[in-house]
Amino acid sequence: MKLRYVLPLVVFLVLVGFLAVGLQRDPREVPSPLVNKRAPEFSLPLLEDPAVQRTVAQMRGKVWVANFFASWCVPCLAEHPLVSELARSVTVVGINYKDKHEDATRWLARNGNSYAMVLVDREGKAGLDYGVYGVPESYVIDKEGVIRYKQIGPITPQALQEVLLPLLKKLDA
Amino acid sequence: MPSVIRSRMHRALFAVVLALTLGGAFAQEARPLADDPALEARVLGIAEHLRCLVCQNETIAASRADLANDLRDQIRAQLKEGRSEEQIKQYMVDRYGDFVLYTPPVRPTTWLLWAGPFVLLLAMLAWLAWLLRSRRHEAPAAPLGEAERARARALLGEAPEADPASPKPAKAGAPTADKTTAGQVSGGAR
Repeated sequence: MKLRYVLPLVVFLVLVGFLAVGLQRDPREVPSPLVNKRAPEFSLPLLEDPAVQRTVAQMRGKVWVANFFASWCVPCLAEHPLVSELARSVTVVGINYKDKHEDATRWLARNGNSYAMVLVDREGKAGLDYGVYGVPESYVIDKEGVIRYKQIGPITPQALQEVLLPLLKKLDA
Repeated sequence: MPSVIRSRMHRALFAVVLALTLGGAFAQEARPLADDPALEARVLGIAEHLRCLVCQNETIAASRADLANDLRDQIRAQLKEGRSEEQIKQYMVDRYGDFVLYTPPVRPTTWLLWAGPFVLLLAMLAWLAWLLRSRRHEAPAAPLGEAERARARALLGEAPEADPASPKPAKAGAPTADKTTAGQVSGGAR
């Protein structure tokens, strides 16, 4: 008889538990299947000199971060100072995603360019291979060319201090 | 002009010419119609099973988001290369994970997802069966006493039985009689 009164309460508490966890997660963050897989190969031209192509293979032996950004993307502007901060401790490669050449150049001139290099992904083909579904997105790639972490959305001060920098320290060791 | 529009070939040609002359954004809108309709149907057929990751409750076929446009282009290009539907879906899953599929694959981690509703249904049916069985064992409701009978009759507005005192006590004793009958009725129904 007692069970009859306790059971709804238990069901209710379980439901509350699920909702409490569910509400704290961001449904926009789709976990990438590419984490812990080899970074997709690309060959992209430099923004400054479109005649020069850079590939993922050339980055082998180095820990680096691929940061997809665009001049038309507002959160990119918000994360930009943090990207600059990140660039002090690791090679950050900017991948200019679906942007116009002059817009990107102007944007970098105005907001500062701390990227080791800026590559151009005009059609978003590299973005497609990396599973980019919105800019900004950043990928931490280790010395073996394996993606170790994907930052979906702008890098936040918290993500920088608590995830990115510790991970980079570990990968660099 | 009407004859041009009536003819399907000419209409397609007209769309192509229009798309080429207007260029830019309009070309992107017009191209799917202007091209091979059979191919387009296949593209949409596949796109209907894929989720747009930007606007998560829309399919890639329905969405107007940039990413959905790109992915439709990608499906179109890959179909032209002769890839199968399975290969194209795998291509999407490799990049965006199972989440991109509207029909998630059946595997140990998704068993609960697939079986859950049926398990719940069976559990509810079992509960219902148990409830009905236990009700069968319940004692039938006790027959009404004479006073209750009279009160019920009064409530129903029927003529009182041959008992001159019955209307008055029924009124005076209403609150208590109310409680007992209510209790008995609900108890009997259970």
